Amino acid sequence: MISLAGRDIMHSWGKFVFTGVGLGLLIGVTLTMAGVYRGMVDDAKVLLDNSGADLWVVQQDTLGPYAEPSSLYDDVYRTIRGMPGVDRAANITYLTMQVRQGQRDVRAMIVGVVPGGPGEPGQPGYLIAGRQITRSHYEAVADVATGFKLGERIQIRRNHYAVVGLTRRMVSSGGDPMVFIPLKDAQEAQFLKDNDAIAQQRRRTAGNPAFNRPGTPGLLDAVLASQSINPYINAVLVQVKPGFIPEEVAEPIRRWKRLQVYTRVQMEEILIGKLIATAAKQIGMFLVILAIVSAAIVAFIIYTLTLGKIREIAVLKLIGTRNRTIAGMIMQQALGLGLIGFVVGKIAATFWAPIFPKYVLLELGDALLGFAGVFVICALASVLAIRAALKVDPAEAIGG
Amino acid sequence: MKFLSINRRMLALLAVVVPLLALLIYVALRSGPLASIPVTVTTAESHSIAPALFGIGTVEARFTYRIGPTVAGRIKRVEVQVGDRVQAGQLLGEMDPVDFDDRIAAQKAALNRGESAVVAAEAQVRETLARKTYAEKQASRYEQLLKTRSVSEESVEGKRQEIQVTEAGFAAARANLGATRQEMARIRSDLDGLIQQRANLRLITPVSGLVATRNADPGTTVVAGQSVVEVIDPATLWINVRFDQLRVSGLRTGLPVQIVLRSQEGIRFAGRVLRLEPMADAVTEETLAKVIFDALPKRLPPVGELAEVTVEMSALPETPVLPNASVQRVTGRLGVWLIEEDKLRFAPIKVGATDLDGRVQILEGIKAGDRVVVYSQRALGPRSRVKIVERLEGVSP
Repeated sequence: MISLAGRDIMHSWGKFVFTGVGLGLLIGVTLTMAGVYRGMVDDAKVLLDNSGADLWVVQQDTLGPYAEPSSLYDDVYRTIRGMPGVDRAANITYLTMQVRQGQRDVRAMIVGVVPGGPGEPGQPGYLIAGRQITRSHYEAVADVATGFKLGERIQIRRNHYAVVGLTRRMVSSGGDPMVFIPLKDAQEAQFLKDNDAIAQQRRRTAGNPAFNRPGTPGLLDAVLASQSINPYINAVLVQVKPGFIPEEVAEPIRRWKRLQVYTRVQMEEILIGKLIATAAKQIGMFLVILAIVSAAIVAFIIYTLTLGKIREIAVLKLIGTRNRTIAGMIMQQALGLGLIGFVVGKIAATFWAPIFPKYVLLELGDALLGFAGVFVICALASVLAIRAALKVDPAEAIGG
Repeated sequence: MKFLSINRRMLALLAVVVPLLALLIYVALRSGPLASIPVTVTTAESHSIAPALFGIGTVEARFTYRIGPTVAGRIKRVEVQVGDRVQAGQLLGEMDPVDFDDRIAAQKAALNRGESAVVAAEAQVRETLARKTYAEKQASRYEQLLKTRSVSEESVEGKRQEIQVTEAGFAAARANLGATRQEMARIRSDLDGLIQQRANLRLITPVSGLVATRNADPGTTVVAGQSVVEVIDPATLWINVRFDQLRVSGLRTGLPVQIVLRSQEGIRFAGRVLRLEPMADAVTEETLAKVIFDALPKRLPPVGELAEVTVEMSALPETPVLPNASVQRVTGRLGVWLIEEDKLRFAPIKVGATDLDGRVQILEGIKAGDRVVVYSQRALGPRSRVKIVERLEGVSP
């Protein structure tokens, strides 16, 4: 039996393939948009994964440290370490800022970690080059997306840091690459004012007669010293001991230490449900519209392709071809078009996804869903075309 | 002919579809869950590592001499400026003496008057002595005359009484002289005291050194103990270093160090640990130590300059050593990803000391010669497929 669809495709394969490729690029855009959405959610999740924490201890009544500012004294971790079920606790600070390197500057999230050795909470989980921080000052591990190279010197506020390690996929919930530096330096970077501000503050304090009394030498120095300390951090990351349920460990800290504690599940809710909710909805809405538009375009393309062949179909009818055969031909062509479109789309999306400045995550599930969707849409669109084809009057083959 | 033409079209179609399918398969294998993760691998080697310790400190002067008055007063003059070199005993400034000089003049006048009083008292002693000698002679003469019955008993009695009177007068005069001399000594001591107090108003440096600060200017009123000028000895500069308590085990006095000053980056000065402070900083969780230069830099760093100090500790016995990038924590356990016959296995380990180049001693769980994953493109899991590469993508050589 000769495949009617095959013969027809053969007849004008160029047109068929190019239409398929065009369709494919459109499907590629849709898949990419889904990837952008997944990437946003993944950025948020990867932030939590990378911190290596089971619990986040933050300031009372805040949604910190990612969604809201949170500030704790840096000795809080000592008392938390003593709570039942706590295996490790580490201070951490987060600050998004511009990091200078030579002439350029890069937007990055500065993470202050305790350089306590590998596997401590907050440290980058894996590297792609270099080493972890070993000195307690002036070393940095940067995400490769910052563009920094090993051995380069970068400037954060007043100090210079040597890049000793590179990592990958360490991003903030906003997708900014992270730069890990020792905690003490990060505290300084976060809370230290610029030199001019410090000098002016000193001048103001010295001008205040309450602090600069002739009868009490040393008072001014003491006041100035007290102004330039910064014993604050943003959160304490806690790893619980094996066998403990995080919520079990969190409750006593909430109750007795009067601090807010979030578990992994709650943190994910905050990040995805609150922090990136609007942006994600925006992308999601766009994705829905794009999918509808794509479906409409696919339907119209198949419909017009069929209409272009109306005379041939009339001939087929005239020579007594069964309706089933004609419908099958149109259906097969539509599905073939869909197949080419999906393949081209998937390939295109995979190739251009890494070029995006923010992470684009192409999930297998999305691809399969897209595949099914394309087929359903093609089938539905071909139904329209089949209806039009079957209504054709065989007489048209001879007329006009 | 017809068959051929169809065949040619078929070939052309295949020429488009086959590469497309090939690309799809390539894409499916390269990304997504089927893709293998590129990793780099290293072999654990038995090495001895020399851990080092890194700390931040500030340049400080070992001794700071805060020179100021011992009583409250107004500054009359300050002779030196910041940066001046001064010699031990040099006058740096002076407090306003107010009425000190007048009081000294008064005491001096009192002393002069005292000296005259002494002369008067001495003369009085001589006079009474003369009276006494004359009275004695008279009495002895009358005694002789009494024996020859030339004078009456009564007149002899009178002479004897005269002796007693002149003796008493003489004793009184001598006592008066003693008192006057004592008074003189008192006035002299008072004067000495005043002169010394006056000298105390002069601000004199006890050591040779450098004027570090000049805290007050002439006319300023300062309280007792407040410093007017601070002098340091630049030869005794040291660095007050703070080390993170996490890593200080093994820090001892006498260990060699390398010092980098913030102003002279790139130059490493040799030095050693002079002393470990018995009091650590409880707030910042740092251990304090003092480090001295083996030879002072030619250009002296200002006091308060930031310095980076690297302490070189003695080498440890040989153990398997791995880069710290290979050590990871998976489900709460510290370990490394071993490659055994191209399969991935997570091996829990126990780590020892680390050096500053990021090499970690592995005490348990790994033996020399084991192949271990160092860098990976993504986080690894026990079922990850890996592809061993020389260098990961995106990393320049």
